[in-house]
Amino acid sequence: MEKPGEQAISRNELEGFDKTLLLRFYHDMLLIRRFEEKVAEMYTRANIGGFVHLNIGEEAAVVGSVTALEPEDYLFSSYRDHGIAVERGAGAGAVMAELYGKVEGTSKGRGGSMHLFDLQHRFLGGYAIVGGFIPIAVGAGLSIQYRGGKEIVMAIFGDGATNIGTFHEALNIAQLWSLPVVFIIVNNQYGMGTQVSRASAVTELWRKGCAYGMPGERVDGMDVVAVRRAVDKAVSTVREERKPVLIEEVAYRYRGHSMSDPARYRSEEEVQSWKQRDPIDNLARRLVDSGLASQGGLEQMEQGVEQEVQSAVEFAEKGSFPEPSTLRDHIYAGEEDR
Amino acid sequence: MAVITYREALNQALREEMSRDETVFILGEDVGLFQGSYRVTANLLQEFGEKRVKDTPIAEGAIVGVSIGAALTGLRPVAELMTINFSLLAMDEIVNHAAKISYMFGGQVSVPLVIRTPEGGGFQLGAQHSQTLDVWYASVPGLVVVAPATPADAKGMLKTSIRDDNPVMFIESEGLYNTKGDVPDGEHLVPIGKADVKRPGKDVTIVSYSKMLLLALDAAEALAGEGIEAEVIDLRSLRPLDTGTIFDSVKKTTRAVIVEEGWRSYGVGAEISALIMENAFDYLDAPVQRVGGVEVPMPYSKVLETAAMPNKQQVVDAVKGTIG
Repeated sequence: MEKPGEQAISRNELEGFDKTLLLRFYHDMLLIRRFEEKVAEMYTRANIGGFVHLNIGEEAAVVGSVTALEPEDYLFSSYRDHGIAVERGAGAGAVMAELYGKVEGTSKGRGGSMHLFDLQHRFLGGYAIVGGFIPIAVGAGLSIQYRGGKEIVMAIFGDGATNIGTFHEALNIAQLWSLPVVFIIVNNQYGMGTQVSRASAVTELWRKGCAYGMPGERVDGMDVVAVRRAVDKAVSTVREERKPVLIEEVAYRYRGHSMSDPARYRSEEEVQSWKQRDPIDNLARRLVDSGLASQGGLEQMEQGVEQEVQSAVEFAEKGSFPEPSTLRDHIYAGEEDR
Repeated sequence: MAVITYREALNQALREEMSRDETVFILGEDVGLFQGSYRVTANLLQEFGEKRVKDTPIAEGAIVGVSIGAALTGLRPVAELMTINFSLLAMDEIVNHAAKISYMFGGQVSVPLVIRTPEGGGFQLGAQHSQTLDVWYASVPGLVVVAPATPADAKGMLKTSIRDDNPVMFIESEGLYNTKGDVPDGEHLVPIGKADVKRPGKDVTIVSYSKMLLLALDAAEALAGEGIEAEVIDLRSLRPLDTGTIFDSVKKTTRAVIVEEGWRSYGVGAEISALIMENAFDYLDAPVQRVGGVEVPMPYSKVLETAAMPNKQQVVDAVKGTIG
C-alpha cells in the first residue's frame, strides 16, 4: 500500500502564495470539513436520505484544485461532490438544501447528494456512474475548441474511475484532438472497499496518461499548497498549449465510501496514520509557524465557519419541499411534457 | 420535389441544417474520409471540413459522452453510431446521462443531441449486427425516439430532431437506405410525435413503423385484392407516441394489427395493444393481433434468417385473424 507522501511532491514551503490565498485555503478546507461533519450528523438524524459520500480527508485536493480555475472555466465531478460544489461557489446553503430535497437546492431537489449543479459558476454537475461523465467533460473541451474559446475544463474523479473504459476512451480523444482538459484523480486509496493495489495493475495512477502521451504528475493530496502548485502548473499548460494534463492527488478518505459503509476492510492504524497528516492541521501549523496567522486568528476563523454551516442548515430547514404536482417538470427541455 | 433515396434524404437534411446553423456538427466512426459506413454523410467532410465532420475512434461510449458535453455547452452534435447493436456500448451515456441531465439538474440545462443509428436484419449479418432494439430506448423518459420509414419523413424528421432541444434517438434502417420516394426540396419539417396515415381504409388498422411499414403497405395491397380495406398507420415517432391517431383509427375500423421487426415480448405491439385495451376496448370487434420477429438471436444462413423475420403473409394472416 502507499505510504503517506511516498514519491509525492511535498514541498512544505509556502513561497509563491500570498497570505490572503493561504488563509482562504484554510477557511475553505475547514468549511468543507465542518459542512461534511454536519451532513453526516443530519444524515444520521434522517434529515438527509439516499447515498451520501463525504469529502472529509480530501479537503486539500478539492480546494487546491478548484481554486486554480478561472470563473469562466468548466468543472465536472463525480458523486463525491459536496465540497467541490461549495468551493466553486454554489453556496453551502443551496448544497445543504439539495441534500434536504428542497426546491432551494442546487438542483431543485431533483438531484440530491450525487447530482449537485451550479450553472452560474459553470459547475456542470456531479455524476453518479463511475467514469461516465469523463467523456462529457471532454465534450465541453471540444465545444471550447470549436468556438475558439480560451476557457478550460476540469474533471475531478476518484481512483476507481481510472479502471473503467470511458476513462481511457476520454483520455485518448482528449489527447488525440488536443482538448483543453485537466483530469484530476483524487486517489483516496479505495474504490468502495477495494484498495487501489487490489484493483489497478498500475498503482501510480497518473502513469495511465502515458499510454496516450499525456503529461502528468503525482502530488501529495494532503498538502493544499502542493496540490495548488501542481494544479496551477497543469492549468497553465492546458490553457496555453490547449492540450490535456492528468494529475493524481494522493489523499485519504477518513470515512467509509458512503454513510452506510463502516469501513471494516482497513485497519484503525492505517486511518490514524493518515490523520497524522491532516490537511487542515498541516496548514494551520505552517501558517502559525511562519507567522502568517495566530492561533487566536485561526480559532476566530473557525467560529465563523461554524456560523456558515449553521446558516446553511437553517437555509435548508426553512426551504420548501417540491410540490408533487411538479413531479414531471423538466423531463424534457423547457415547458414541454412528452 | 424530387425522387431520391432515404440515404440521400438524410444527407440533404444534414447538409441543410449544417448550412443553416454553425453549431451543428457531425461525429462518429468513419463519417468523414470514408464518407459514412452507409454513405449517409457522403461529401459532407469536403463541404464543411474537419471541424464539423469529425471522424472518431471506435469508442461508442466516448462518441456519445463527448456529444453530451458538447450539447451541454452550446453545440448541436449529430452523432452517428454505426449500428444500434453498437449503441449498447454507449447505453450508459444515453440512458444514465443524456436522458437524465435535464431532470436531475432541475431543468437548468438541456441536451440538444441527435444520435443517428440504423437497426434491423435481413442482410445475413448474424446475431450481433441484426437486432431491432428501438423499444429499449423508447421506454426511457427523457429520450425522444423516432424511426421514420419514408425518404420524405427521414428528411423532415432529421431536420426537426436537430432543432429539438432534447436527446433524440434517430433510428434508421439498413433496409431503407436504398428505398426511393418524393422528397420536398429545401425547408421540409415533419413534427416529432405525430403519426401518419399512409393508406386510408375502413376494415382494419395496421400499425407499423420504419422498415415494417413497407411490409404493412404490401400486405394492405394484397388484402385490397380480397376486398379488405386496411388503414395503415406509420407511427414515425415511438416516444412521444401519437396515441390519438391510433385510437381514432381503431374506433373506426374496430380491428388492429401491430407489425414490428423486433421481438414481440415487451415490445411496440405489446405497448400499443395495451393502450388500445385501456382506451378503445369497447370499440374492438376482435382481439388485437401482433406480428414480430421470431425470438431468436439472428442466424446467418439465409434460409434461417428469412424464417426469423416478419413477412407479408404473416401480416395478411393476422388481419384475417381479426376478421375471421
